[in-house]
Amino acid sequence: MGRYVARRLLLTIPVLIGASFLIFAMVYALPGDPIRALAGDRPLAPAVVAQLRAQFNLDDPLVIQYGKYVAGLTHLDLGTDFHQRPVLEIITDRLPVTVKLTVVAVLLEASIGLVAGVFAGIRRNGYFDNLVLVSTTLIISIPILVLAFVSQYVLGLKFGWFPIAGIQQGWYSYLLPGLVLASGSLAYVARLTRTSIAENMNADYVRTAKAKGLPRRTIIVRHTLRNSLIPVITFIGADVGALLGGAIVTEAVFNIPGIGRAVFDAVRGQEGAVVVGIVTLMVFFFIFFNLIVDVLYAVLDPRIRYD
Amino acid sequence: MTDQQQEDLRRDQVEAGTTTGLAAPTLDVTKDRQNSLWSDAWGQLKRNPLFWIGAFLGLFFALMALFPSVFARGADPRKCSLANSKQLPSAAHWMGYDQQGCDYLANVVYGARTSLAIGILSVLGVLILGVLVGALAGYYGGFADSLLARITDIFFALPLILGALILLRVGPSTGLPILSDRGVGAVAIALSVFGWMTAMRLVRSQVIAVKSSDYVAAARAMGASNFRILTRHILPNAVAPVLVFATITVGVLIAAEATLTYLGVGLQRPAISWGLQISSGQSLLRTAPHLVLFPSIILSLTVMAFIMLGDALRDALDPRQRS
Repeated sequence: MGRYVARRLLLTIPVLIGASFLIFAMVYALPGDPIRALAGDRPLAPAVVAQLRAQFNLDDPLVIQYGKYVAGLTHLDLGTDFHQRPVLEIITDRLPVTVKLTVVAVLLEASIGLVAGVFAGIRRNGYFDNLVLVSTTLIISIPILVLAFVSQYVLGLKFGWFPIAGIQQGWYSYLLPGLVLASGSLAYVARLTRTSIAENMNADYVRTAKAKGLPRRTIIVRHTLRNSLIPVITFIGADVGALLGGAIVTEAVFNIPGIGRAVFDAVRGQEGAVVVGIVTLMVFFFIFFNLIVDVLYAVLDPRIRYD
Repeated sequence: MTDQQQEDLRRDQVEAGTTTGLAAPTLDVTKDRQNSLWSDAWGQLKRNPLFWIGAFLGLFFALMALFPSVFARGADPRKCSLANSKQLPSAAHWMGYDQQGCDYLANVVYGARTSLAIGILSVLGVLILGVLVGALAGYYGGFADSLLARITDIFFALPLILGALILLRVGPSTGLPILSDRGVGAVAIALSVFGWMTAMRLVRSQVIAVKSSDYVAAARAMGASNFRILTRHILPNAVAPVLVFATITVGVLIAAEATLTYLGVGLQRPAISWGLQISSGQSLLRTAPHLVLFPSIILSLTVMAFIMLGDALRDALDPRQRS
């Protein structure tokens, strides 16, 4: 196990470097003048332009620029934005907001998705099962952009149950965006649980438990559910990594100042350092949680061994 | 695989005991004529309501994209009068008017062509990249495979919207032919570049699964070139899973286009796009909610059509699910 984790950790390094270089290249190598974007309408003095270009290493070849960037990374220097604000500070400022949103989304996804999936799975082809199937198809089909607007309009504006935008009301204001963000995964968790439970309901060990005369409740909770949860838990684990990086639309529509919003603003303003820093962080989350999930698999299912 | 090969394979499997034959009810090893995967799948599809809903919606929107003026009831989307600004839907104008006083039904209807064009173009791009890289990695294996798999991992770790967002933002300043004109082509390129990884993995695993089988060895023994073995003997095995993936992905990419356009990096005015309509309707949500609602509904139905079709295809093409 230890060797497996070590090997996987080593393998993440080229992926991390590759992804950040890809973003770096897209932001810096392509023509276009970020300094002019910074200056806006007022033309800058040539000396100022030269000084800024030197500060952001804009005159070096791409590989050198990237090398300097990585060298900075080793002592946690992610560069600054055009207003001299360190990128690290932007991240530490914005990340808690996104983490909160992700926590809310994952809790909703796990609780609602699991309950719906379990009840659909134990009575396959029943009324509730069909309801879950139809509603998950609907939810998966509706783009998150549309879902965000419709819920904002209906639940926020018409009924007034939730704040429309911003995070002024603490955890409560994360509820609606969290639900929107979680919707697709929620539907997927429900389907996964349903299939998994329905498969396990016919397994030999469940028949044995029934033959022993165990109550139905015990069979489902102690026997079926425990085995069925393995793929669900691993999906949710991997989803944490995806959600931490996938909240651009939700954060934009609900005006939530997380890293998704920050990276979106940075892309628009061509703030190269901010974009590269945040995207690299998102890629790291994605890889890290996928690794955790693979390890978790072996822990949850003793039949799986990596060595 | 031809029908004959399919039949031989099944017969071999039954004889070898790797399948009981129970999974495919039509299997009768004594009979000469054998249903192919596709005719079995069609039999299955015909009985699936999901397929018919998806097919109907898909056809409806395809016709809408081909003949928009019929669906727009003759209205011109660019003929506007500010006097009609933000009028609510009425019997004569089913979706009312937008802020500029243009007939909204016409605008929403003409958006279908843009969305479908981007969906289909970018799926083609995704398939070209995915099949090419996947086939090369799976067939040649070794170092080429490791390298291509790592590159795929790198792209896989970048969220689709985020990657496309950055590429489209810097696109206009690159001066590259299609990428810099902020049109349908640019969006399709961006979506293809960051969307091919799943197709690659599908094709790669299918190629690895069959490349050491006897019929491939036989083809090689008969002197077939690598290209011929790949295209005639190996890749046809991947058609079913890739078709399922491609159908669902059309829907996903149509939604992605609307999202990118909403975020301001996709299509630009005067293009007609559901993403643009949603984004400009956003600020008027309080006074004219229909401006967001109608394009949203049509967009969702289009995406749903492809996702339902893909789901139905997957159920039909997976013999293990037959009972």
